[in-house]
Amino acid sequence: MIVDLPSTDTSAVNRTMVDLRESAGAVALGRVLTLLIITEDGPEAEAAIQAANDASREHPCRVLVLARGVRRAASRLDAQIRIGGDAGASEVIVLRMYGPLADQGGAIVVPLLLPDAPIVAWWPGDAPSSPADDPVGHVAGRRITDVSSAKSPSKALGKLRQRYHPGDTDLAWSRITSWRALLTAALDQPPHEPVTRASVAGAADSASADLLTGWLASRLNCPVSRIAEDVPGGQGGQIAAVRLERAGGSVELRRVDAKSAVLSQPGQPDRRVALSRRTTRECLAEELRRLDPDDIFAEALEAMPSKPTGRTRSSKKVTA
Amino acid sequence: MTRRSGTAVHDDWINPLRDARDKRLPRIAGPSGLVLFGVTGDLARKKLMPAIYDLANRGLLPPGFALVGFARRDWEDEDFAEVVHDAVRSHSRTPFRQEVWDRLAEGLRFVQGTFDDDESFDRLATCVAELDAERGTNGNHAFYLSIPPSAFPTVCKQLSRSGLADDEGDVWRRVVIEKPFGHDLHSAQELNEIVNDVFPEDAVFRIDHYLGKETVQNLLALRFANELFEPIWNAHHVDHVQITMAEDIGVGGRAGYYDGIGAARDVIQNHLLQLLALTAMEEPVSFSPDDLREEKIKVLSAVKLAEPLDETTARGQYTAGWQGSTEVKGLQQEEGFPTDSVTETYAAITCEVNTRRWAGVPFYLRTGKRLGRRVTEIAVVFKRAPHLPFDQTMTEELGQNALVVRVQPDEGVTLRFGSKVPGSGMEVRDVTMDFGYGTAFTEASPEAYERLLLDVLLGEPSLFPTNTEVEMSWRILDPVIEKWHREGSPDRYAAGTWGPPSADVLLERTGRTWRRP
Repeated sequence: MIVDLPSTDTSAVNRTMVDLRESAGAVALGRVLTLLIITEDGPEAEAAIQAANDASREHPCRVLVLARGVRRAASRLDAQIRIGGDAGASEVIVLRMYGPLADQGGAIVVPLLLPDAPIVAWWPGDAPSSPADDPVGHVAGRRITDVSSAKSPSKALGKLRQRYHPGDTDLAWSRITSWRALLTAALDQPPHEPVTRASVAGAADSASADLLTGWLASRLNCPVSRIAEDVPGGQGGQIAAVRLERAGGSVELRRVDAKSAVLSQPGQPDRRVALSRRTTRECLAEELRRLDPDDIFAEALEAMPSKPTGRTRSSKKVTA
Repeated sequence: MTRRSGTAVHDDWINPLRDARDKRLPRIAGPSGLVLFGVTGDLARKKLMPAIYDLANRGLLPPGFALVGFARRDWEDEDFAEVVHDAVRSHSRTPFRQEVWDRLAEGLRFVQGTFDDDESFDRLATCVAELDAERGTNGNHAFYLSIPPSAFPTVCKQLSRSGLADDEGDVWRRVVIEKPFGHDLHSAQELNEIVNDVFPEDAVFRIDHYLGKETVQNLLALRFANELFEPIWNAHHVDHVQITMAEDIGVGGRAGYYDGIGAARDVIQNHLLQLLALTAMEEPVSFSPDDLREEKIKVLSAVKLAEPLDETTARGQYTAGWQGSTEVKGLQQEEGFPTDSVTETYAAITCEVNTRRWAGVPFYLRTGKRLGRRVTEIAVVFKRAPHLPFDQTMTEELGQNALVVRVQPDEGVTLRFGSKVPGSGMEVRDVTMDFGYGTAFTEASPEAYERLLLDVLLGEPSLFPTNTEVEMSWRILDPVIEKWHREGSPDRYAAGTWGPPSADVLLERTGRTWRRP
C-alpha cells in the first residue's frame, strides 16, 4: 500500500503511520533497526529503496529515505508511506525535501526514528566528506558509504581514511568479502608457512583493490604491493589477482572472467570458483548484519598504501 | 576449540588472516567431497541437493567441491547431473546462477552399483581417489547414508572393506546418518556398534534436522542471553510445559517405513526429546560442542516417564475424516497398511524432569499425523498469580501466562498475558504479544539441512546428537512403547482433529488442557 502525503509535516507522517498500523492490523512489529537512506531525489533514490527492500527480507526495518530535491524553492516536505507488498518486509517512508529544508535532514528524522532501535545511515551516492560529522550521520551508530559512485573511488577512499570514525564502513569493503574468505580458507590448508610477500593486482582506480591491499598488509607481517592491471571481464569487479608467496609455493586467486576465478595452490590441482561481483543488495544485507564498529575495516584502511590524493581537504562542502 | 576441517590438530598454526573480530568472514569448508547414498529418495531431491547448491551459491563450499551419487540406476554422470539440476531448479531457496551451477556441475559424479557388490564399492573408491587428484578434494569425504537403516551394516562394511573409511594422516572421513536410530534401546545400541565399528564416534553425524532450525538455536539465545526469562524458568513459576509437533499429512505411501514404527518412535524419540532437553537443560558453561552436549546428557539422564503410564500417556490412530477442506482416508485404508494395523499415528506422553529446577513440573509431549494443522511449538505455561486483587468476575477470562516458541511454521515467540479490556469496568482478559523475526520470509537465513551439511564438512558437531543421547532417549521411551505393544489396538480419532479423547482426558486429570496451537 502506498499513501501519499503532499506538503506535509513530520507529525502528520507519524499520525498516519499509527493510523495505518491500527487499520491494517499489526504491520509494524519486529522491526530491528531504522535505516536512513540519504540521496538525491530521482532514479538513484528508487534504486536504493529497492536494494533496501530486498535487504529487509533479512533485516525487517523502518526505512527513511531522505530525498533531497531542488534547493532553490520554498521549504516543503512531501512524504510517501509504503507498507506491505510495496515495501518488502519493511516500512518505507520517503521524505522529499525542497528548499532550505533539504539541508535539515538531521532534524526531520528525529521524530520518525524507531524507539530504542539501532540507526544505520546509508549514502548510496555522494557521501559527505566526514560521515560522522554530518547532521544525519551523527545520529546513526553505523554509517555506510559507497565510494564506487565517486569519480575517483580510490581518492574518495583516501579521504574516507582521513576522516574515519568508528562505525564508518564502505560498500567497497563488503564487495571483497568473498575474496577475503577464499584467501583465508586457502591459508587454512597446509603447508602452514608464513607469507613472505603478497601482491594485489587490480584497476588503478579501484578502491576495493586498495582495501584488499590494506587488509593483507595489516594482517600479514610482510611487504604487500599494489599493482595496476586491467581486469578481464569488465563487469566482474575491479580486482584481477591476489598472490600470497610462501617458501613452499604461492597461493594465487586470479579472476578469469566476469563470473569466475581460479585458485592455484602448490601441489594441488587448479580449482575454478564462482566469483561474481556482489550486488548492492547483498552488500547492504551484510552491512546490516553487524552493527558494531568494524575494527578490521579500520585496520585495513589504516594500512592502505598511501597515495597522493591531491588536496587533503575538500574546500567546499559536498553535501549537507 | 573445535576441530577445523583439514587443519591438522597437532600443529599450532594460526592463520594470520583470521581474527575473531572479523565477523564478516564466513566459514568456508576445507577441500572436501560428499558421497550420497540414496540419491533417488525424496529427501535427497527435495532437501539435500538444493541445500548443496544453496551452500555453493552462498560461497560456503570449498572450490573444487565434489558430489558423488551412488545408486542402482543405470546412469552416467550427465544423467545424475540432470537429476541434481532439476532438484536444484525446483527446490533451492537462493536464486539460480549459472556460474555457480557450472562450477558445482564440474564436480558431480555417479557410481552405479548395489550395496552388496564389492566391485561397485571398488569403483566408488577409484572415483573418490580420482576426485582427490582432479578436483583436489584432498582425501576428505563425507558419506551421507540417506538409505534404510537395514542397509547400514552392509554399506558400513563395504566402506570399511574398500578402504573408503580410512582416515590416515590429515584427511578425514565422516558418515552422516538419518533417523530412525534404531527402534528401541537394544537395536540402537546394535546400530551404534555397527557404525562405530567403522567410524569413530567423532566422525559420526546423526542428523536431527530440527536442531538445524534457526528457531531451535534461537531458544538458546532466548534463554541464556536474556535476563527476562531465566529467573522464572523453573518449578516456582512454571506450571507445565507442552511440546507439540503436529502434522497435517498422513502416512500414505510410507507404509514400508511407518507401519509398526509409529509416532512415538518416529518423532518423540528424536525431535521432541531433543527439544525437551534444550528447554529444560541448565546453562552450559560455554557453547562449545562438548559443553552443550554435556548439559543435554545431564538433563536427559534426569528425565523419566511419569507413572502410572495408564494415566499419563495416550495414543491414537486416525480414521477417515475431513482434513480441513479435503476428505482423507483413515490409516487402515491407506495403501500398504494392513486393515488391522495397530500402528499409532498419535502419541502423547508425560515426562518428569527429576531436578530441583523442574521438580513437580510435567512436560507433556505430543505428536501426530493428520492433526488440525501443521505446527511445531514449545509452550511454557506459567502458574497463576498467587493472589489476584480483583473480584472473581473481573478475571473470569484470564488464563495462565504462557511463553510459546513457535518452531515452524511462522517462526517466532508468542507471549500471552492478561490485560484490561477497554471500557469503564475492570475486566482482565488474555492477550498475546507476538514476535515474528520475519524468518518466514528471510530467504537469507539458511535452511536446516544447509546448516547441518556445512557443519558436517567443517567437522562442527554441536547440532548433532551423540550416541549417548540417542540411547538415553530410547531408555526414556522404551517402557511406554513396550506397554503399547502389549495392549494392541490404539484409540481412534478422526483425521483433521487434535487427537483422541483419551489425550484430552490425560491432561484433564490434572486440571489442565492442551493448548490449541
